[in-house]
Amino acid sequence: MKNKKIVYKAIDIALIVVLFALVFLADQFLPSYDIKFKVLQKGAVFALVAVSMNLLNGFTGLFSLGQAGFMLLGAYTYAIFTIPNESRLAVYKYYTMTNAAGEEVGGLVQTVLPMGIAIILAGVVAAVFAYFIGLPVLRLKSDYLAIASLGFAEILRAICQWKGLGTLTNGSNQLRMYPYFNSIMPYFLIAGLCIAIIALLIKSTYGRAFKAIRDDEIAAEAMGINLAKHKMISFVTSSFFAGVGGALFAMYQNTIQAKPFTTTLTYEILLIVVIGGIGSISGSVFASFLYIACSEWWLRFLDTDGVIPGLTRNGFRLVVFSAAIMVIVLFFRRGIMGDKEFSTERLVKGAKNLGSRFSKKKEVK
Amino acid sequence: MKNLLKLEDITMQFGGVIAVNNLSLEVNEGEIVSLIGPNGAGKTTAFNVVTGVYEPTNGRVSFDGKAIVESCPHGKMKRLYAGENKGVYKKRIVKTPDKITKLGIARTFQNIRLFKSMTVLENVLVAMHMRRKSNLFTATFMLNWNEEKANKKKAEALLEKVGLLDVKDELATSLPYGKQRRLEIARALATEPKLLLLDEPAAGMNPQETAELTQFIYHIRDEFGLTIFMIEHHMDLVMDISDRIYVIDFGKMIASGVPAEIQSNDLVIKAYLGVSEDE
Repeated sequence: MKNKKIVYKAIDIALIVVLFALVFLADQFLPSYDIKFKVLQKGAVFALVAVSMNLLNGFTGLFSLGQAGFMLLGAYTYAIFTIPNESRLAVYKYYTMTNAAGEEVGGLVQTVLPMGIAIILAGVVAAVFAYFIGLPVLRLKSDYLAIASLGFAEILRAICQWKGLGTLTNGSNQLRMYPYFNSIMPYFLIAGLCIAIIALLIKSTYGRAFKAIRDDEIAAEAMGINLAKHKMISFVTSSFFAGVGGALFAMYQNTIQAKPFTTTLTYEILLIVVIGGIGSISGSVFASFLYIACSEWWLRFLDTDGVIPGLTRNGFRLVVFSAAIMVIVLFFRRGIMGDKEFSTERLVKGAKNLGSRFSKKKEVK
Repeated sequence: MKNLLKLEDITMQFGGVIAVNNLSLEVNEGEIVSLIGPNGAGKTTAFNVVTGVYEPTNGRVSFDGKAIVESCPHGKMKRLYAGENKGVYKKRIVKTPDKITKLGIARTFQNIRLFKSMTVLENVLVAMHMRRKSNLFTATFMLNWNEEKANKKKAEALLEKVGLLDVKDELATSLPYGKQRRLEIARALATEPKLLLLDEPAAGMNPQETAELTQFIYHIRDEFGLTIFMIEHHMDLVMDISDRIYVIDFGKMIASGVPAEIQSNDLVIKAYLGVSEDE
């Protein structure tokens, strides 16, 4: 019995290794303008953000819609601290300043951090903001929490676009010329590492406390779980990883501005979480790649004139896509995985059950 | 006998309604004390005051000789307060339920509140989270595996004592009703309490299950060195098990004493127990 479990675990790990090997191969053979290349990059970024949202919505039961705001903080932090000094003048051309030596420089920040440190800083900045936003917001419940967090995310976006902070955020202009990875592997490695940490957290005693809060707040508190503290831990951790996801998103896009970080982005991530299954990490990961592949790649052909004469035209893809999502939300309300996790053991068991069901049907006949 | 829980002049007023009115009672170490009364008398409200769910409008709760909750009318209650002993208590000590559980008061609920998505074992493990020595970092990176292992062993030992070890990997909500009640008690025991508050532990049980529960309560009291304070409507159970009984009606205490005294108390008979038809 125990041996069998170890074998299944080994297969699970082998599958992950195979996945990364495939990513390595994809890096070798796919040109960077290929749509599959982009889908894999974006899929990894959204997988991380979706899992971080799932930690909050699915495992702690806090219905927060602030994810886009924290992504924005992460993206801006990363970009601001990695643009090379010689490029700053070109990027911040509307917000130049004179420094102590009397030279004209672009923007307030003249510190350039290594990429790795900037990514971590992106998470930290998002987490710090999350802490202060969480102080008032986490006192609310369900819908009220969603509305308040949504509001804060919009405020963050508006502030980023504000002219007064132009020397820091470049106003509503783009930030660009910062370093990024022109391959798929780094996205998978960083997202994979972060998702692994979240998975470990959920498996730990803290994860059990989160789930207890989700299942029954009153009972959880009566069992000695400090609600305010644990909700804050979940909120800050989730935002930290959303910030890291934001940094990756900035890299994926090569240029960023505040405009795409609207509520629409949050809804996209929420959709991924719902499609994958609220309370399933592997579900969020699958759904992320599925969603990105659908919206960016598989349904592309619908945008060309004349595939179905008189019907398909530019933008038709989105109509079909929305209809598909409605079908999913109506008929697969628990998502792909429900609240279960993918594992070989479950797969084999499921296959066996299915097999026995078929053979039973035959017997009846 | 040492006094473990003491309520002094507890008044709980919601708007114009006084749910608990000037209630004072004591529970001594090792005792089984029952709180009875008709529906809506304020029994569960009294429990909620002790466990920190509500802050009382006026009065003091002491546990193990220390005041853990104390309050006086404040805010708009200053004006609205209609109870007694106004001005006797001046301090305000407010504790959230988790802090009170940490002091050693655990409770069960009238309507079972188990963690639905979790297995029996996990339900018990959640209650051990409070006494953890690990922090967020060590727990996430599994550096606390020693503690986790010990906790799991402890939880399994606890489940064995309450007779639920064979169903430890089943979903808590898939258990039959009586076992869910037991699990709720086991979960409360996992917080290592000195005082256990049981809110209608026999609700919905048939006579045989009730008899089993009586034995079970005796058993856990002796096994874990507990003091038990409970609300119950099954009079057979109450009269059988209680060392002392408090009776409240409309938030006010109308009688207290040993079961024999309560059974013959006219006020209690009129308000609650009723007269049997053949008398």
